Amino acid sequence: MAHPIRTTLWYLLLTAGAILILLPFGWMIITSLQPAATTLTVTTTWLPKSLRWLNYWHVWQAAPFARYCLNSVLVTVATTSGELFTSLLAAFAFTHLRFYGQRWLFALMVALMLVPGELLLIPNFITLAHLRWINTYAALIVPWLASPFMLVALHQAFKAQPQTLYLAARLDGASDWQYLWHVLVPINRPIITAVALLQVIGSWNAFMWPLIVTNTDALRTLPVGLMTFTSDQGTNYPLLMAASVCVILPLFILYLACQKYLILGVTASRLKG
Amino acid sequence: MLNQTPTAKSTLKALLYLAPLLVLTAVFILWPLLNAFLISLYTKYNYYTGHVGALGWANFGYLWHDPTFHLAARNTLLLVLVAVPVSVALALAIALGINQIPRLADFFQTVYFLPFVTSTVAIGLVWNWIFRLDGGLLNRLLSLLHIPAIDWLNDPHYSLGALIIVCIWQGLGFNIILFLAGLNHIDHRFARAAELDGASDWQRFTNVTWPLLMPITILVIVNTSITNFKVFDQVYALFHGAAGPGDADLTLMVYLYQKFYVENQMAVAAACGVVLFLCVSVLTLITVGYFHHRQRQLGGR
Repeated sequence: MAHPIRTTLWYLLLTAGAILILLPFGWMIITSLQPAATTLTVTTTWLPKSLRWLNYWHVWQAAPFARYCLNSVLVTVATTSGELFTSLLAAFAFTHLRFYGQRWLFALMVALMLVPGELLLIPNFITLAHLRWINTYAALIVPWLASPFMLVALHQAFKAQPQTLYLAARLDGASDWQYLWHVLVPINRPIITAVALLQVIGSWNAFMWPLIVTNTDALRTLPVGLMTFTSDQGTNYPLLMAASVCVILPLFILYLACQKYLILGVTASRLKG
Repeated sequence: MLNQTPTAKSTLKALLYLAPLLVLTAVFILWPLLNAFLISLYTKYNYYTGHVGALGWANFGYLWHDPTFHLAARNTLLLVLVAVPVSVALALAIALGINQIPRLADFFQTVYFLPFVTSTVAIGLVWNWIFRLDGGLLNRLLSLLHIPAIDWLNDPHYSLGALIIVCIWQGLGFNIILFLAGLNHIDHRFARAAELDGASDWQRFTNVTWPLLMPITILVIVNTSITNFKVFDQVYALFHGAAGPGDADLTLMVYLYQKFYVENQMAVAAACGVVLFLCVSVLTLITVGYFHHRQRQLGGR
């Protein structure tokens, strides 16, 4: 059934595309290992005679990258876990509890899913200015702790479990709280991992919001710190590329480890919408 | 416990579970959503004292007459009109390819999805280095083909093209995943039946796969358009904080950022945000409406 010529053509096309996708990454890594002074005068070579691992050490020395890194980890972990907490509680309430205005409230949440975050940038900045939160960790974390998207995704997953499971747990004497954390969360681990991963990627790579609400090195996250580093270093490309590798690498590793869940998250969330 | 009607007690209990999300949603999504429209109407606004002189349409009037805003709107529209069709077509072709090959499908999927998890700012710096006139990778590859070097980052004729390339590169993986999911949902029996009826590959694609893939295609088009309407990080990294030569890469989001953060014209920036929001909403409605119409036509045949 498979035509060998057609299959070969597909392979050629896909390989060409894959090379184009990988080329920037390769160029970044190879440049990051070139001697710093030579880049703009001598041409960067794909197979350099010696690799300058020292560039990575220089990056670490030249800017407070350890601090940026710590901030990024802190903000990512706090945002993701906080958002999971609020969404899990609310998704449970929408699935198993009955309350006045339930349908109306859920419809509102679905509608809010469509609001672009960019529209909220200015008013949220003003709210934070009133709270005197500009240049604090709270500014980087708290506005992102409510996610209608995560709520709706989790609610869809919770709804798929039979109501009888909830009844059985309640008859066995489990409280709602216990049912949520000891039954519902373990059963739904794949989808929870998936939405959490999406949020980790979003938080780690977030740029515009941290750029606006921070202006000291003590609070900058990696992407913002990287741009600060860029304005200091100008065109010292080996150092810039080494710094870029440091920003990109952690998520690469996470992606390769959890790829299955990530693709589940992308497809599950978008297909239902 | 099952399918009860709500009581005051059960509502109270539910509220305990809902409270964290509801409070945060009210403060950081619902209120700012209303406030965004309100701020865009502020006139004679003093940024430092927070005093609002009056409400009116003056900020939208300002945008209407501001040549810089026109440029931003033009650039954004051009970016969307070029990047979206190219990105969607490429993603569809690649997804079809991955779906057809007997081996290595997982490998290709992994590779194509890599840009999605990559920090836009970090890879934007890499692209800056690739596009450079002196020593950049792209011009070196072009010189192999005997094409004269192009100053991608400083020539206004090419710098928007550079941005478009970056946007397509980065958005491709996400679209491929969506198309692959759509292809997996299609019942293989339709294609088999068409094959038995003697349909060629191309006929099978146009008459079976493509119509069945229509809902996913709508989703991908809308999604890609919205993403490209809001491009900011790429510009910032590609031009080291500037908006390209002669503002050639000034997008609506960059305009909003400059008005808000650099020039302290908050109300004008908010008006720009509202315009952006309306553009995205109208575009979404038109696309969805058009494809629903098309689908009904196809179904009626």
